[in-house]
Amino acid sequence: MNDSTEKKPGNDSRSLTGKLLLLAAAMFGFGYLLVPLYDVFCEITGFGGRTNTVAESSQENPDFSRSIRVEFVTTVNEYAPWEFSADRDSMEVTPGKMYYATFTARNLTDDKKVAQAVPSVAPVSASGHFKKIECFCFTNQEFRANEERAMPLQFIVDPELPEFVDTITLQYTFYDTVRVSANDES
Amino acid sequence: MIRKSLFSLLGTLWAGAASADWALNMPRGVTELSAETYELHMMVFWWCVGIGVVVFGAMIISLFMHRKSKGVEPATFSHSTTAEVIWTALPVVILLAMALPAAETMIKLEDSRDPDISVVITAYQWKWHYKYQDEDIAFYSSLDRGSVEARPKNSGIDPFDVENFLLEVDRPLVVPKGAKVRLLITSSDVVHSWWVPDLAIKKDAVPGIINETWFRAEQTGTFRGQCTELCGKDHGYMPIVVEVVEPDAYLAWVETHQQDGERVAASQ
Amino acid sequence: MTTAVAEAQDAHDEHHGPEKGFRRWLFTTNHKDIGTLYLIFSLIMFFIGGTMALVIRSELMQPGLQFVHPEFFNSMTTMHALIMVFGAVMPAFVGLANWMIPMMIGAPDMALPRMNNWSFWILPVAFGILLSTLFMEGGAPAGGWTMYPPLILQTGDAFPFLIFSVHLMGISSIMGAINIIVTILNMRAPDMWLLKMPIFVWTWLITAYLLIAVMPVLAGAVTMLLTDQFFGTSFFLAAGGGDPVMFQHIFWFFGHPEVYIMILPAFGVVSEIIPTFSRKPLFGHDSMVYAASCIAFLSFIVWAHHMFTVGMPLSGQLFFMFATMLIAVPTGVKVFNWVATMWRGSMTFETPMLFALAFVFLFTIGGFSGLMLAIAPADIQYHDTYFVVAHFHYVLVPGSIFAIMAAAYYWLPKWTGHMYNESLGKLHFWLSTIFVNVTFFPMHFLGLAGMPRRIPDYSTQFADFNLIASIGALGFGISQLVFVYVLLTAKKGATATDRVWEAPKGLEWTVPSPAPYHTFDTPPKARIAEEAFE
Ligand code: HEM
Ligand SMILES: [Cu+2]
Ligand SMILES: [Cu+2]
Repeated sequence: MNDSTEKKPGNDSRSLTGKLLLLAAAMFGFGYLLVPLYDVFCEITGFGGRTNTVAESSQENPDFSRSIRVEFVTTVNEYAPWEFSADRDSMEVTPGKMYYATFTARNLTDDKKVAQAVPSVAPVSASGHFKKIECFCFTNQEFRANEERAMPLQFIVDPELPEFVDTITLQYTFYDTVRVSANDES
Repeated sequence: MIRKSLFSLLGTLWAGAASADWALNMPRGVTELSAETYELHMMVFWWCVGIGVVVFGAMIISLFMHRKSKGVEPATFSHSTTAEVIWTALPVVILLAMALPAAETMIKLEDSRDPDISVVITAYQWKWHYKYQDEDIAFYSSLDRGSVEARPKNSGIDPFDVENFLLEVDRPLVVPKGAKVRLLITSSDVVHSWWVPDLAIKKDAVPGIINETWFRAEQTGTFRGQCTELCGKDHGYMPIVVEVVEPDAYLAWVETHQQDGERVAASQ
Repeated sequence: MTTAVAEAQDAHDEHHGPEKGFRRWLFTTNHKDIGTLYLIFSLIMFFIGGTMALVIRSELMQPGLQFVHPEFFNSMTTMHALIMVFGAVMPAFVGLANWMIPMMIGAPDMALPRMNNWSFWILPVAFGILLSTLFMEGGAPAGGWTMYPPLILQTGDAFPFLIFSVHLMGISSIMGAINIIVTILNMRAPDMWLLKMPIFVWTWLITAYLLIAVMPVLAGAVTMLLTDQFFGTSFFLAAGGGDPVMFQHIFWFFGHPEVYIMILPAFGVVSEIIPTFSRKPLFGHDSMVYAASCIAFLSFIVWAHHMFTVGMPLSGQLFFMFATMLIAVPTGVKVFNWVATMWRGSMTFETPMLFALAFVFLFTIGGFSGLMLAIAPADIQYHDTYFVVAHFHYVLVPGSIFAIMAAAYYWLPKWTGHMYNESLGKLHFWLSTIFVNVTFFPMHFLGLAGMPRRIPDYSTQFADFNLIASIGALGFGISQLVFVYVLLTAKKGATATDRVWEAPKGLEWTVPSPAPYHTFDTPPKARIAEEAFE
């Protein structure tokens, strides 16, 4: 940078400076690279309880010797004007078999709204083993004024779920996709 | 107020460190894991004291013996492979001795199987919401009125006159003694953290993520804690109170609260 | 390499003395001038940040709110940390590097003098912007120096200014670091091969690499915050598929190496001072270098020890616990080597030595609490309490800051040509040491007893220790005025000899005191210079 006005550093200095600047730029890039890396990392370890795992098939070998309790938790973010709940609080499932669950959401306003449900699974060691085949969380959901709608979920619990897990909690947080301006006094 | 606390300071100095409200150390707590955590803490502490005695001891001896005013001629050695190998290898062994029991406790802490009760905790700026998964009970828990009135600047109320200043809530979390309580923790806005020292539980409440942890209290009593992740202006004003009661008392509590659960939910 | 040195020398022959007036300081490319600017800037920031600390401690002196509102309290903690970290500690070390590295390696100046000028002058701009946020709608940033989203996105008008000033600080540090690396690698006197370099130069070389590696990551993280806020991205917003925890990972990927950026040069300073006043060579010079490199490497794989409570898989927790504990090994090697340096030496206790000795004692105490924090289950109890506050203040105040003080007293006669007032120096030392402990030791107890950090008010059971800590803080603050007085009268003392102390080693002591505006226009023979002192 600005080599000509720099006090004649030797060629060595100039190329070393260039390399170091490149290193700095690369590390800036690396900061951004951490974003996809983090996703890969989460995918592998279940870190963050993130589960967007989509089952490749709906056919697995059921393991009838185990029974897993799946609990549903629903959260509406930041007092958003929604009602959102699971139709059943929990269910007992056999790993490897496919199950259905329904959630109901209602737009409490007189305007059209778009919502996004964000899933999370606890404990973290289970999140890679909770596989969704169909989920309303895959896409944005559009709601008419005051519309109430049932939303389906189809899932399989992977028979490879670690032995020490007997309960899985699936949480959905319901967000308005029109973001509340963060500058608002809250 | 200054005079008052100076006075109490002198008082407690006389009474010695044994004085109950002058806590110097981590509480042993009321769960198996809180006791284990305490033991770990003390074990590492004593290791540090031991290492400190050796290192500081050598240093102090040197400071007094090897000074110019005593006419000491400086030695000229500048390395010793034996010494360096020893003080690299020995710490590794000591560290392993600390790490292994710590790992054991961590593994136990992770095992949330077979819960008796599950409670979903949702953090808000600046209060907690508790929902019992298997009962029809859900309520908000926020700073108690006594503290709310005393907390503003120039409120004219001396905090020393408020019982459990900033550590009291309007509705505590009630759980039975001996039951394994699973906590599912999330947040509705920013990151918070749910901490009760006597239960040795601290878990972040992160928006969009559900976190899991658990405890089994072996004593009845009222246990207090606070939010421990900076969450905005009233971060210091969202305490946590857990009441551990006998199982019958818990059932009675569920009974009464299930009825007005609807009312509480509706009033929010 | 020789050509580089020769060319840089040519440049210097063009002018021989400093310009007059403010132009000298604004346009200077002289490493000594720039070093002085950095040091003065850092001292000013130390006092501004210190004033904020006193606001915090005054409010916390008793339970109940007396002076400020919670919002402003949070701004104070946030600004205090940012100013102390980026405005006081880091620039002070860069200032010392500017002054001393060329003189220690026998170079006529820094390798990139013009860049040196910019990297300094960016700083007052950055901190001017940061401080101006105090007067903005919505107040100064109050989300903590760690800037966790979503909370930090609730900052008012100050938000973009916060990000911009962090960017500027980052650019300044990166430019400074590049300059230091190029200087060290390309401008050494012919006979000074790498492993022979003074430890201060070594630790700075490693620090500079750390800076280049992590400051851009911080810049990336805050840029993501900025675009999340204003340009519709969702890196950290759960609503858009982002993850607030990811910010914490990226931040601490920067943050943990950052804490070593603040301590490695301090290790260097102390490793210079202890041998001088023990009249004995540094014990294990090479193992000091390896230990510092080892610490630097490990600092990249321990970041999540700041996040044991966010909900990590067990394997992650175990890994970060073990890795963190490992850092204690090279850190221990350093401490043992310092003690071995003193052992059977012939010690005297001038002010720089006193500060260096207090550093070894008190930094080690901070290291012990660090070790305790590394034990994940125990950290669940300690995390985000005053115990952590005690830990990092022990490593930063009697750690980094004491090392800076020690360095200032150690090299001051070389800078000014006069001995400072030794009795006042000692007074400054004793007051600082007593008060630093009065301030921070009780915080261990507060944390263990259950007091969270970053709260403006607390329950009455914490009152006594808070009162003690506040008294200590006030005392510490006032004691620093003694230091200012010593600096203001630094030129009134006896004339300093070239070597200043009885038995210092290194090239900086071969030049006259005060060091002339240009030194080492012709490279010295390092080995010969060193042998002169044997
Ligand atoms: C033996 C070496 C060390 C170990 C094992 C260690 C360990 C730790 C751990 C585990 C934490 C996180 C505590 C928590 O938030 O729960 C921490 C926090 C911290 N440490 Fe250290 N540490 C060491 C040395 C240092 C040094 C040398 C510095 C800086 C000069 C430092 C500065 C900090 C700071 C600033 C924080 C708090 C950051 C924040 O949360 O704002 N530590 N340390
Ligand atoms: Cu909080
Ligand atoms: Cu760290």
